[in-house]
Amino acid sequence: MILKKIIPILLIIVAAVFSCSNDDTAPQSSNITFSFSHSWDGTPITNSDFNTIKFTNANGEDLSITKLRYIVSKIIFTKSTGEDFIFEGYHLIDLTNTTSLDFSVFEALPYGKYTNVSFIFGLNNEDNYNNNYQDLNSASWNVPDLLGGGYHYMQLEGKFIDNTSTETGYAYHAIRAVDNSGASLSFEDTFFEVNLGEANITDNAKFNIEMNVAEWFKNPNTWDLNMLNNMLMPNFNAQILMFQNGQNVFSLKSIAQ
Amino acid sequence: MNYYSLHTLLFIMFICFSCTNEPVEQYAPTPSALKIPKLFSENIIAPVIPSNNPQTVEGVRLGKKLFFDPILSGNNTQACASCHSPKNAFTDTSRFSNGIDGRLGLRNAMPLFNLAWNYNERFFWDGKSFSLEHQAFIPVTDPLEMKSTWADVTEKLQQHPEYPTLFQEAFGTSQIDSTLVTKAMAQFERTLISANSKFDQYLLGETELSGEELNGFNVFMDETKGDCFHCHGSDKNPLWTDNAFHNNGLDETFTDLGLGAVTGDPADNGKFKSPSLRNVEFTAPYMHDGRFTTLEEVINHYSEGLKNSSTIDPLMKKVSQGGVGLSEKDKADLKAFLLTLSDFEFINNPDFLNN
Repeated sequence: MILKKIIPILLIIVAAVFSCSNDDTAPQSSNITFSFSHSWDGTPITNSDFNTIKFTNANGEDLSITKLRYIVSKIIFTKSTGEDFIFEGYHLIDLTNTTSLDFSVFEALPYGKYTNVSFIFGLNNEDNYNNNYQDLNSASWNVPDLLGGGYHYMQLEGKFIDNTSTETGYAYHAIRAVDNSGASLSFEDTFFEVNLGEANITDNAKFNIEMNVAEWFKNPNTWDLNMLNNMLMPNFNAQILMFQNGQNVFSLKSIAQ
Repeated sequence: MNYYSLHTLLFIMFICFSCTNEPVEQYAPTPSALKIPKLFSENIIAPVIPSNNPQTVEGVRLGKKLFFDPILSGNNTQACASCHSPKNAFTDTSRFSNGIDGRLGLRNAMPLFNLAWNYNERFFWDGKSFSLEHQAFIPVTDPLEMKSTWADVTEKLQQHPEYPTLFQEAFGTSQIDSTLVTKAMAQFERTLISANSKFDQYLLGETELSGEELNGFNVFMDETKGDCFHCHGSDKNPLWTDNAFHNNGLDETFTDLGLGAVTGDPADNGKFKSPSLRNVEFTAPYMHDGRFTTLEEVINHYSEGLKNSSTIDPLMKKVSQGGVGLSEKDKADLKAFLLTLSDFEFINNPDFLNN
């Protein structure tokens, strides 16, 4: 008798619980992933290409890569209305750690057209100096206080054949340009914004972005490794040259959706 | 549904739910979280503690007893502590350590501290061991070290009047095996935390450095001088090592391939783990083969003794000139700074002594 009364009630509850669950409501937002690849003027580079002198820069110097780490930050998706969707974090890419090449930017970005997508190479000054990043400290990514503190933007290292035919190390480390020759430090900003252009976001958008490593040595400044190969962090002018050459290093290859 | 069906249903439900909430008596040792120093928690990411080997009071106690007990060696004469002495920051003063037969090892014994912050978990000079637990496996059976077998060790421990009970308390079983032995030792080793040097105190605002020490720190951090910070930590990385592998220009040709022998990659030949510079005052001799007996020799090596080779690290600069050529004052000040990394509290900590 009791069940006769309970069963209809149970059926109603079950119907109520499940009645909406099968609605065909399509998602209106997409997860966004950035995926970084690397090339030397179109020839792909992975960590398996490291440690062998197999590249030639614009100055004609044969070279290898033994390390390539860099940081990207503050990714912004801008709507035509001017509304920005901002990823405030940062991400350290290390070619020897393949899992670092891809990372999630947004779990749910609204579908639609964005007039521009951009990120910062390095860290802007606010992010660079006002935080103590435990993961970056653990990765020995700091810049000494002697040079103003903060963090590296990039560490590109390897060997090149110098003008005495000797295999010589280079450490192309990018930081905020600092002149430490005077009584106080003098800075010039060398982080830069990379604009990837417009994007129409539908579902599971993956931005495939390429760094052409050769560009760091090429345009507009032909980099002479015989002159500039090490101790570049305190070299103000070298940092400016890196900043200038970095402008065309990144390109958007595709948006997979 | 009739009356009998209702009763049957209720009976089944009773059976199904009758046992689920009964408490099950399961032994659990006492959790014992690592005491993470302020400078560590503020500046670097959390230590690595395997989920299958959490720190416990009983596990650490057992690990400590094992660490100091010669029962792990083939002839009961040598403990881990024989070559990893607390007063030397858990290394010894020999270039190569003697094994139980008096034969010498092939590399300098490494000091032991802050091991839980070795994020890549590669241990030994050549990184041949992954995880602290696995590291502890190796010396026991190494013929140049303790020269035992795990079957023999576990049998001796099993027959010991105390160990079965200690294992029962630490792991809930008195059945001893090599996995539990190394788990206990790894738990103890993770407690070996050093973070109270003069430089730590300086960073915490508790003391001042001399002018020489401060200049030495600047030499350490200056890319045009010592440039030590790229591999050996900084005021923001209190480990004073990157725990990575480098060829630091010791030789033109290699008699010991180091990491290269482990990976099989010629590009890794001559690469060895960066040791921490913390407690460097207590850990002489230096380098993987203990070739340098003093800090002066080490500093001179980086200043004017570099030798070129195919895998030398790109950060070793001015190699054709032997190095960056530090002034005598900068060398002396750099040494003065390095001595501020000595943690006397650590080497005298009764928790780490055989008492």
